[in-house]
Amino acid sequence: MLVLQHLWIIPLLPMLGAAANGMFGKRWARTETNAVALGSTGLAFLATCELLREFRLLSAGQIPWTHSYFTWITAGTFRADYALQVDQLTLVMLLVVTGVGWLIHLYSTGYMADDTGYRRFFSYLNLFMFFMLTLVLAANYLVLFVGWEGVGLCSYLLVGFWFLKKTATDAGNKAFWVNRIGDFGFLLGLFLMFREFGSLDFASVFGRAATMPSETAAHGVLTAICLLLLAGATGKSAQIPLYVWLPDAMEGPTPVSALIHAATMVAAGVYMVARSNVLFLHAPAAMKAVAVIGCVTALFAATIAVVQTDIKKVLAYSTISQLGYMFLGCGVGAFGAGIFHLMTHAFFKALLFLGAGSVMHAMSGEQDMRRMGGLRKAIPWTYGTMVAAALALSGAPGFSGFFSKDEILVAVRSGPYASSLLYAIGVLTAGLTAFYIFRLIFLTFHGAPRYDEHHQHVHESPANMLFPLVVLGTLSVGGGWFAAPLLVGGANYFDKFLAPVFSGVRVAPAAEAASGGAAFLAALLGAPVIAGLAGFLLAWWFYIRRPDLPQRVAASLDGLYTLVAGKYFVDELYAFVIVRPLLWISTQVLWHGIDEHVIDGTVNGVAHDLDASGDRLRHLNSGNTRTYAVWVVLGAVALTTVLVWATR
Amino acid sequence: MVPISYYITLSAILFGLGVAGFVFKRNIITIFMAIELMLNAVNLAFVAFSRALGQLQGQVFVFFVIVVAAAEAAVGLGIVILIARNRKSLNVERVNLLKL
Repeated sequence: MLVLQHLWIIPLLPMLGAAANGMFGKRWARTETNAVALGSTGLAFLATCELLREFRLLSAGQIPWTHSYFTWITAGTFRADYALQVDQLTLVMLLVVTGVGWLIHLYSTGYMADDTGYRRFFSYLNLFMFFMLTLVLAANYLVLFVGWEGVGLCSYLLVGFWFLKKTATDAGNKAFWVNRIGDFGFLLGLFLMFREFGSLDFASVFGRAATMPSETAAHGVLTAICLLLLAGATGKSAQIPLYVWLPDAMEGPTPVSALIHAATMVAAGVYMVARSNVLFLHAPAAMKAVAVIGCVTALFAATIAVVQTDIKKVLAYSTISQLGYMFLGCGVGAFGAGIFHLMTHAFFKALLFLGAGSVMHAMSGEQDMRRMGGLRKAIPWTYGTMVAAALALSGAPGFSGFFSKDEILVAVRSGPYASSLLYAIGVLTAGLTAFYIFRLIFLTFHGAPRYDEHHQHVHESPANMLFPLVVLGTLSVGGGWFAAPLLVGGANYFDKFLAPVFSGVRVAPAAEAASGGAAFLAALLGAPVIAGLAGFLLAWWFYIRRPDLPQRVAASLDGLYTLVAGKYFVDELYAFVIVRPLLWISTQVLWHGIDEHVIDGTVNGVAHDLDASGDRLRHLNSGNTRTYAVWVVLGAVALTTVLVWATR
Repeated sequence: MVPISYYITLSAILFGLGVAGFVFKRNIITIFMAIELMLNAVNLAFVAFSRALGQLQGQVFVFFVIVVAAAEAAVGLGIVILIARNRKSLNVERVNLLKL
């Protein structure tokens, strides 16, 4: 029971790695930096595996396993411990974070090999692992919030990693600010939660909430708490309306995009909603909000992804879209399916980003798909693994994404919170997903080369970059087979494993599966797969068969194309409605008005008045001895008068 | 016996003359003498009080004052001679460099 007793080991290991590399790594060679960075995360992964083994020995009554290490804050009736907890949901997240995290660390040793900030990069990356592990291990909302803010900080540091590039630092700032808006909502939610329950511990909050009646009115306190938490989740997980930072965050190094902006950090919002499932289940209005936001975001981002030409931007919008699916799953009560999709998405989207990084590596940093083409012979390993990930993303039967995404869609169609409109949007998005991802594959790897073959020396990546690709490729193909029993009428192993965490769901999402395998199979293989196939064929028709067609379609739909290619001009809208008025107020009122006149005016005014009075007093010091004598006499007279007066 | 108020009045008059001389005269030597006048006015008051109260401290103070006045006269006259050499004048208004 070593790790169960000492849960803090898991986050501490990467923290030590970050500290060692950050403080002492100056004279170390690459091999030592690698050993520390990879060793600390690898040990964290091994500790998680050991934790899994120990966890299986616990009886059901001991779960969630909570351990409080010390009291962090006490103030009045408020008390927050540094407490960590383990349950099934935590374990899944731990395995994803440490496993995928380690693979991405390994990949980075190849990808960042020529970078001057090598040591700084790994220090930040390890620090990120520390905060992410704190986030998923937290046993109360305050410790979770520490991790939540910490990953935001690391995201900022890593997006702006190449800080000499103005666009990169701007993108880092944008990510930070947009997240602040969401975090503000999150924090308000925590205040309200404390007022309502008197505690922020998961155990006591969920225990109290479970006994409360489900709120039918749209404005109960639980609904308010959940909507505020959702605001935080939309910031962190890049959902409408706060998704705008994620596409810009692609300015960071590609492994960062894979780890933070695809696999782990952006999934924190989904994790938090799933963790708070008891609260959300008692607030149906908030559930509906989660589902609608997720669904609309999924479609919205997918349409933008269709017309992007930057390989990483396509994947960024794809990530937003897939996160939308996860929220949709949570919003219809299929929390297990949402987390399942989180996990498979971590595999295949990390792989897609790493593959994109491998392509950029081969193309000397080129990101524009219009200047690629025909790369499949030059970089066959990257091609093969990326196709596997693309198939998983588009939900090809048998691949991991098929099980997770379609399980969400089945829950949307027939779960306890079913909605046919959301289902239709979800299926449409599935078709768009297949289209844009195979557009990416075809533009990058197929057709005639559109780059300068004489100057561009295309080369396959080294083994330390290909190994993570192959492992993640295997997981993308096989990572969904936990759900395989669904096909023959059994229960999803994954859902069964997570079921104790989501025991509040009225009807298990897999109920239909239990009732009849054939009907479920039909639902699973029905509309989403057909939509995906249609998307694939359309992409093939557009980009392999008739490469001239996309331009003509774009020309004939000029207005629509401009709208979508301009990302619906949401950035411009925000700039016009929020950023520019705020800048104007800050500059004209706060800076030139209050700061320059009121604050500086007070400080400078006092100094100026003292200076002026001193200047006048200066003339008393005339240098004329007799004048001084007069002052002395007058002083003596005054003193004597006072003395005589006082002793009278 | 002469009442003490007479001595005190005389002392005050002498002291007032000294102050007036110090403030209004321009010749450094005169100013110097005005200072001596003030010191001796104080001495007179000390002695008068000592006598009236039947205590010796006042007389002891007078000796101290005389000693200090002697030392002051030595230093002061030295300064006066230096000023006279440098300025070729004893006018105190020309000794005004010590200012901002």
